[in-house]
Amino acid sequence: MTDEIERLRAEMARATPTPDPARRAENLRLAAKNFDALQGTPDMARPTEARLVWGRLADGVTKMIDRISRRGAMIATTALVAVGAFVVLPTSTLMLQDRGSEYESFSTELESLSGSSHGLGGVMSMESSAPQAATRSRMSDALVVEDSMLRPRAPLGVVTDIAPPIEADTEAFANADTNPLKSVLEEPVSTFSIDVDTASYSVVRSSLTRGQMPPRDAVRIEEMVNYFPYDYAAPEGDVPFQPTVTVLPTPWNADTELVHIGIQGALPTTEDRPPLNLVFLIDTSGSMQAANKLPLLKQSFRMMLGELGPDDQVSIVTYAGSAGRVLDPTPASERATIEAALDRLEAGGGTAGQAGLQQAYATADEMAEDGEVTRVILATDGDFNVGLSDPDALKDFIADQRDSGTYLSVLGFGRGNLDDATMQALAQNGNGQAAYIDTLSEARKVLVDQLTGALFPIANDVKIQIEFNPATIAEYRLIGYETRALRREDFNNDRVDAGEIGAGHQVTALYEITPVGSPAVRIDDLRYGTSQVTVTSDEIGFLRMRYKTPGESQSQLIETPVMPGQGNVSDDIRFSTAIAGFGQLLRDDSYLGDWGYPQAIALANGARGEDAFGYRTEAVTLMRLAETLDRN
Amino acid sequence: MRMTSSDDDLAVAAACGDAAAFSVLIDRHYDRLFGLCFRLLGTRDQAEDLTQDICAALPSKLRGFRGDARFSTWLYRVAVNGAHDWRRRAGTRAKAAEGWGDWEVARRAEADEARAAQDWLTTAMGSLPPDLRDTLALILDEEMTHAEAAAVLDVSEGTVSWRMSEVRKRLKAMSMEEARP
Repeated sequence: MTDEIERLRAEMARATPTPDPARRAENLRLAAKNFDALQGTPDMARPTEARLVWGRLADGVTKMIDRISRRGAMIATTALVAVGAFVVLPTSTLMLQDRGSEYESFSTELESLSGSSHGLGGVMSMESSAPQAATRSRMSDALVVEDSMLRPRAPLGVVTDIAPPIEADTEAFANADTNPLKSVLEEPVSTFSIDVDTASYSVVRSSLTRGQMPPRDAVRIEEMVNYFPYDYAAPEGDVPFQPTVTVLPTPWNADTELVHIGIQGALPTTEDRPPLNLVFLIDTSGSMQAANKLPLLKQSFRMMLGELGPDDQVSIVTYAGSAGRVLDPTPASERATIEAALDRLEAGGGTAGQAGLQQAYATADEMAEDGEVTRVILATDGDFNVGLSDPDALKDFIADQRDSGTYLSVLGFGRGNLDDATMQALAQNGNGQAAYIDTLSEARKVLVDQLTGALFPIANDVKIQIEFNPATIAEYRLIGYETRALRREDFNNDRVDAGEIGAGHQVTALYEITPVGSPAVRIDDLRYGTSQVTVTSDEIGFLRMRYKTPGESQSQLIETPVMPGQGNVSDDIRFSTAIAGFGQLLRDDSYLGDWGYPQAIALANGARGEDAFGYRTEAVTLMRLAETLDRN
Repeated sequence: MRMTSSDDDLAVAAACGDAAAFSVLIDRHYDRLFGLCFRLLGTRDQAEDLTQDICAALPSKLRGFRGDARFSTWLYRVAVNGAHDWRRRAGTRAKAAEGWGDWEVARRAEADEARAAQDWLTTAMGSLPPDLRDTLALILDEEMTHAEAAAVLDVSEGTVSWRMSEVRKRLKAMSMEEARP
């Protein structure tokens, strides 16, 4: 029996007419015309929900008009629709004339050229009175779907002022609502996992340099701050990292202060580092063909090979398109063999490569020996069809592998298909890092300049907890780290996973705190049930950090009090503060008052310091771009 | 140079106001879009009209395109939603049914051989519930994978596969019915 679908496909191919060439040309002209008409109305550059509702409605109306005028079929039922259409039409036409000469041509054309009015969907939408409620609700369900697609990673979790403890699996959020202001009396303890990812900054840069504001959910402030190298005090002795705490005035609020926690990871000398086993797991689906994907990936890996030593080993596994192990474990010294395998990689086809991930981990197991560091590096543009299609099964699989000691890094390439949420989830579950690579210089930063940090973990499951002193501090909020929130009790639970610090990494966290009695206090005291503060200490709070030495399951504790006016305010600290402010501007957070891009630019410019790699200069350029775009 | 640019780059450029990029993009996608509109609605007239509506509305809609989804995925979702609106309005217009929904009319028409094949197609499409029909309309696109159809419809890939097996089952049942004397 032949496949019914194939029969249907053949019949459908036969039945499908070719588009009418005249209409085709006319429609293309119409589209181009509407496109041109939209330019010069920059206030619509950022779509709002309201605009879409209206756009949709206007579409509907014009479609109805369309039907009436084209067919002239005034049968009873159509006439009913026509009444509805004419109720709305005069309003829209009037409004268009109000909008001035720019749109006048449209209103006159509205009757003659029914199609052109569609483009007005957006224009009409702007300042009109409410549509008939019934119409709106009828349109709205289609809209929700469409809108959710435009902003695909709307937060799943909601953090409110009366936040219930956040679930431990913060991986579910690609981004969450901005951390709220908290009252020290009600909730004195704040707990989170560190995050050394930098993907968000690269995504922000890629959007801004293309002339678009980044989607709000793509902005993770801690990843932007942690993108930059800082020169915090290095640890001494056996500890893998050391926190430096600085208390400084808040640039955007004279009545609050910032607690700046800078963590510096130890940097073992290169000669001492253990041999490294790398498994490149490479997405070769058709979409990887673009110049900024597979070709960039090849170049990046080639650059990285130069950094590897003779004891290191490399293997390559591909999935999607072509599947399988294309390079058996090979010593890094056999560079020609590895490069030849890289060169052979080709993107193409849409076949799902089965078990790519399993094969990569199996290869990693094969390579791993005691005292070596083994890591799978997944490079993709967002196609995570790595052999396990169920996201939960995928996460579980990676979490299991994590316990075997193999680390996972995720490198994102290209835009358009980038599944940032899954990238984050996988890297977080796999004890790894997610980075987004958009240019060769970014590849150099991630894979060459910071190779040691990216590949050699020095502390696992690093958690930070700070308890504020209600005698001195009234309110606080954590800036960024929304997706890394932990429950208070998870701090001491060694089975709860958290972020890793690599060799030489810096991690920065910022709290904005409001001292008791400051005019900036926003939360009123409770009338009932607030216990009296009996502490008399003048400490701001107490910082605790937990971490595990790689290979161990027992965590260790670092503790230190936070004192008023502690630390020296260096360029590094001022610059990281400027980036934190920049991130909040991009997220439209409400805590900045009148402080805007000009202030952020001035602060960052004054704190550029040596800037050996030019990263900070680039950041200032991005701030200027954002300032311009935001004004439009 | 421009001709080799990827759809997604063109779409992003168009969303930023690049008219040339927009022209290339829409010209490149017009025929596939029209084909989809036809499969969704079932008559040439309606397909032409829906394609026109989409062309006209695309410039304003494109401003919301941020490169989070593939352009083709995004465009096809616009088309599927457009077809939904269309049908919903058709539904309110009493029985002025057209397209795949109007298979009875087609059946009464004269039955030469080409007509019979067309008839089978129309009956088959008309007998499917809308969600199966939409899924099928997408999958019949040569370049459409289950994953992409799933992204367009905002359902899981598993759902698309399930729907396709359901379509297959129903078509098979229809053929059995047909074979019976």
